[in-house]
Amino acid sequence: MAAGQINEIIGKEAIEKKGWWQAYKWLILRRFSQLSILGLFMMIPICKLISPALGYENDCALGWILKGNLASSKLFDTIPMTDPMLFLQMLASGFGNIAIDAVIGASIIFVFYLLVGGRVFCSWVCPVNIVTDAAFWLRTKLKLRGGTRFSRNIRYWVLGMVLVLSAVTGSLAYELINPVSMLHRGLFFGMSLGWFVIAGIFLFDLFITKRGWCTHICPMGAFYGLVGKFSPLRVRADARADCDDCAECYTVCPESQILKPVLKGEKTGVAPVILAGECTNCGRCIDVCGEEVFHFGLRFKTDSEKVKTAIGNKQEVN
Amino acid sequence: MSNSQSKQPLQKKNKGISRRRFLGDMAGTACGVGLLGLGIGLYSKSANAIHPLAVRPPGALPEKDFLAACTRCGICVRDCPYDILKLAEIGDEVPTGTPYFTARTGPCEMCEDIPCIPNCPTGALDHSLTDINKAKMGVAVVVDQETCIAFLGLRCEVCFNVCPVRGKAITIEMKHNQRSGRHAMFIPVVHSGDCTGCGLCEKACILEDAPAIKVFPEHLAKGDLGHHYRVGWEQQKDKGGSLINIEDKHEYNLPEGMRYDHKGVGLITDEGGNPVVDPALIPKKEDKEAPGSVNPLDFLNKGIKEAE
Repeated sequence: MAAGQINEIIGKEAIEKKGWWQAYKWLILRRFSQLSILGLFMMIPICKLISPALGYENDCALGWILKGNLASSKLFDTIPMTDPMLFLQMLASGFGNIAIDAVIGASIIFVFYLLVGGRVFCSWVCPVNIVTDAAFWLRTKLKLRGGTRFSRNIRYWVLGMVLVLSAVTGSLAYELINPVSMLHRGLFFGMSLGWFVIAGIFLFDLFITKRGWCTHICPMGAFYGLVGKFSPLRVRADARADCDDCAECYTVCPESQILKPVLKGEKTGVAPVILAGECTNCGRCIDVCGEEVFHFGLRFKTDSEKVKTAIGNKQEVN
Repeated sequence: MSNSQSKQPLQKKNKGISRRRFLGDMAGTACGVGLLGLGIGLYSKSANAIHPLAVRPPGALPEKDFLAACTRCGICVRDCPYDILKLAEIGDEVPTGTPYFTARTGPCEMCEDIPCIPNCPTGALDHSLTDINKAKMGVAVVVDQETCIAFLGLRCEVCFNVCPVRGKAITIEMKHNQRSGRHAMFIPVVHSGDCTGCGLCEKACILEDAPAIKVFPEHLAKGDLGHHYRVGWEQQKDKGGSLINIEDKHEYNLPEGMRYDHKGVGLITDEGGNPVVDPALIPKKEDKEAPGSVNPLDFLNKGIKEAE
């Protein structure tokens, strides 16, 4: 992923060609999505903070919209939602007497991410993404280079380890230290020491490994990546012939290794659609591309591609 | 992967080295992740222990199951109208993210509809608990019997009066005050069968700092009677009468070929139809003479007669 000549401002060319909104659209929508989900969860704690001052007693009219945190929650006091990765850990721990809410809730979330792309969780929902994106932004700004490089596949090992750990300890052992769920909880229920863990991730991403946590270690990302392998909603590069090799998409993509085979796949016969589960569907590549190579679409092959079928699925590269 | 681009050409050029490197990387990763897992596993050994003074919400499954079932979502925290529940955070003496309350500062108010339970998604809080008086969050124990003012002979009974299962979970038992010699002491006594562990007594205890009555997890507060023990009076209560039927002939439960002689010979083993009896055990006739008279007055008056 040799980045060519990087512009001073990433996406400068895109801004000039497509206008500011088109060059930041998906990033802004993504942040909006992340923050509004946080906002919905925050309603009760904020209300509880404010209502005594206004003379009410814990009576939060809008509090019932979304209750809980990203581990499990209840929407409108009726629709249960449960993180399927947590559900998997629960099954691994040998706890069989799971109430129906969790089963329904985990299915809802599982099907949702199966449809829109597993790692949509990572880029559109998870608040840790804001932390690691900030670290990456600062890393780029400070022109920090180097650091430790290690396999991105570690996350799948960690995922396996988490499940084995649940089975061996008979408890959700990983949840004792899971920084992702820790931040989810901490934001809505308060935390103190936990912020140091989050700071640790920020510093790790900033100084030690570029995009270290989300794309190398986090087992939740790994899990959702596996879910996302089957999603119909994908980033497509149908206009890849227009690519002018500015390499800005490589710079912004958190999983840049998945771009090249598709972008340069004309010769190798790879379909112009990113099928790797690691893709977070963040859409930043769509934003920064001045040539409008990328767009959101479905995984299914267009008529013109159907000729090149078999080879198309061989593009997955770690 | 750092070598994602270089891997394929390498494999073509020199398959041996690439495979070796691949296996090496793999082993390294496995070791690293394994060590991480071991670390978390060992940490979980200590981190999964809950502080004895942290109390789980009503209906919480036994701790081992609870730690497998609780997603740490905090819906129970939201649903508690008294805001007593907290989610532990890393570094607390309660497993990270799990809900608990501290009785001394914020006890369970024992809502009749138990709002914290029904929205629990996994059943970590048991949905079948519908009567809050049947909750078993822990057991109150009158720990400090030196400072509790009831034991000093003063009237207090605050714990008795705030108890939501009043008169059942805590009763006041009057005992003689030996210090003054003429007063009663009004001693609070907890009955674990009715105590829900809500902690209202612990909150109300008038002592400063540590209360004299504390809620503990049941397994810390209560022992288990050996399984061979039978509490006769309770069995009698269950049966609704005496356990013994006076008319029943007493039977020894002896192995075949053995019997018991009531008249003093004792245990008799029949060998081939002939009873084997230790002759020393057969009472002699003269032994039958009792050492004293049948009339107890004779014994009592013995000295008087001699004196006369």
